[in-house]
Amino acid sequence: MKTSQLIVALAVCAASAANAESHGNAIAPTAVAFTDGAVEMSLSGQPGDPAAGRILMNKGSGNCVACHQVTDLPEYAFQGEIGPILDGVADRWSEAELRGIVTNAKIMFPDSMMPSFYKTEGFIRPGNKFTGKAAEGEVAPLLTAQQVEDVVAYLMTLKDM
Amino acid sequence: MKRAYAPGRSLVAALAIVAGLAVPAMADPDEDSLVINGDIEIVTETAAPAHLDGISTIYSGWRFRGDGTQAMQMDDFDNPGMLGVAAAEEVWQAVDGSAGESCASCHGDATEMRGVKAVYPKWNEEAGEVRTLEMQINDCRETRMGAEAWGYTSGGMTNMVALLASVSRGVPVDVAIDGPAQSAWEAGKEIYYTRYGLLEQSCANCHENSYGMMIRADHLSQGQINGFPTYRLKNTKLNAAHDRFKGCIRDTMAETFAPGSDEFIALELYVASRGNGLSVEGPSVRN
Ligand code: HEC
Ligand code: HEC
Repeated sequence: MKTSQLIVALAVCAASAANAESHGNAIAPTAVAFTDGAVEMSLSGQPGDPAAGRILMNKGSGNCVACHQVTDLPEYAFQGEIGPILDGVADRWSEAELRGIVTNAKIMFPDSMMPSFYKTEGFIRPGNKFTGKAAEGEVAPLLTAQQVEDVVAYLMTLKDM
Repeated sequence: MKRAYAPGRSLVAALAIVAGLAVPAMADPDEDSLVINGDIEIVTETAAPAHLDGISTIYSGWRFRGDGTQAMQMDDFDNPGMLGVAAAEEVWQAVDGSAGESCASCHGDATEMRGVKAVYPKWNEEAGEVRTLEMQINDCRETRMGAEAWGYTSGGMTNMVALLASVSRGVPVDVAIDGPAQSAWEAGKEIYYTRYGLLEQSCANCHENSYGMMIRADHLSQGQINGFPTYRLKNTKLNAAHDRFKGCIRDTMAETFAPGSDEFIALELYVASRGNGLSVEGPSVRN
């Protein structure tokens, strides 16, 4: 286990109690425990909704198709080619691994260009959305705990085999 | 289980070499060549300068645009950026400020300034600073003409930079990065590789590691600035380099730097130096 992962794991104990209030049953972004880049437990404590996840692939802060192509999503025009094509991704990765990749891809793939979708700290010059102005107060993660679960549930439907 | 991904580019390139094939067109600049007005030959592809180790060949952003956009830059009558140049030519001749001078009264015809754009940003010994062309223009206005400084990315300023670019078209970019400019150059390089904002993306993520690829509907170029100022079809005006830097940093969900700031001056010097050897081609046309 890397030191960073150890710190994260230790932080779970300290932070989960403190954050239980503000985030319901969700695990706080600062308290997610990674094992080899994977995250075992649902971040929201709830199962994900693949239909909602499908929409997040295109919309707002998800915008996964900016970088990834998905044959199952022909309705979303202009899919990017920076990351791997996500067809059959559930054959290649387990649910826990996919959750880890969406939460913070840089733990599975060091130096990845893929944004970390459930992270609130450690940014350089964090901005207020796309205004170019400084973020005010606490930074919200790009996706909520439940949205991460929804996206993961959608990714789990992408099976070739 | 952990799996490492070889970056797409080198994988594709490696496979192509093994198979003896050309690298597929999808991930690359096109093969077109740029001659403006049937006369001015523009170098849009050349060997990368020695200081660059991330890439071996540099390309103008022109090579990544569609045929229609490319064509607009091939003839001054079709290039809307030339309207700004024409406006600046009048200002060049006009007396302004308490000293009763115009640009022309010191410098003669604007064509006398051929080659100047190619070496900016540039160290100014007297002032002890790295100066962009905008800074030099404002220094002339204030200290020699007794005129008011223009806003850094104001229309009048960007038009004037476009005029100075237009008379240097075809001249190879050749900014100095050593000597007293070196510390600014280092600072700019640091900014280029810093992953800003909530999306944690650096200039290099998009323009060094991913050029040639599509990011959503955009075909990523190397983010070169040899074509600035750039007339963008998107906002239908001439855009200064610092405005483009600002837009790109904003798009990483970051707090940007201000046009004219020390950070953007340093970044401009560094990005310009990545294009040493390409021709000056401003005002260019981009989408
Ligand atoms: C700015 C680009 C970018 C965005 C946006 C992005 N990704 Fe990625 N993604 C990548 C890259 C690049 C990789 C390859 C891993 C690496 O960096 O080496 C990757 C890898 C992955 C993988 C592993 C793929 C495989 O075939 O093994 C999954 C799953 C994934 N991304 C899902 C997502 C989801 C879901 C979203 C949106 C919520 C998303 N990505 C947004 C760039 C991106
Ligand atoms: C997440 C992606 C991304 C990042 C990060 C990014 N850019 Fe860009 N940039 C783009 C896109 C998309 C365009 C438009 C297509 C093109 O010309 O590459 C662009 C265009 C440009 C252009 C215009 C090129 C031309 O020929 O007109 C310049 C210059 C530029 N970027 C510089 C930078 C610099 C400097 C940085 C860092 C401070 C940066 N970019 C960061 C996506 C990005």
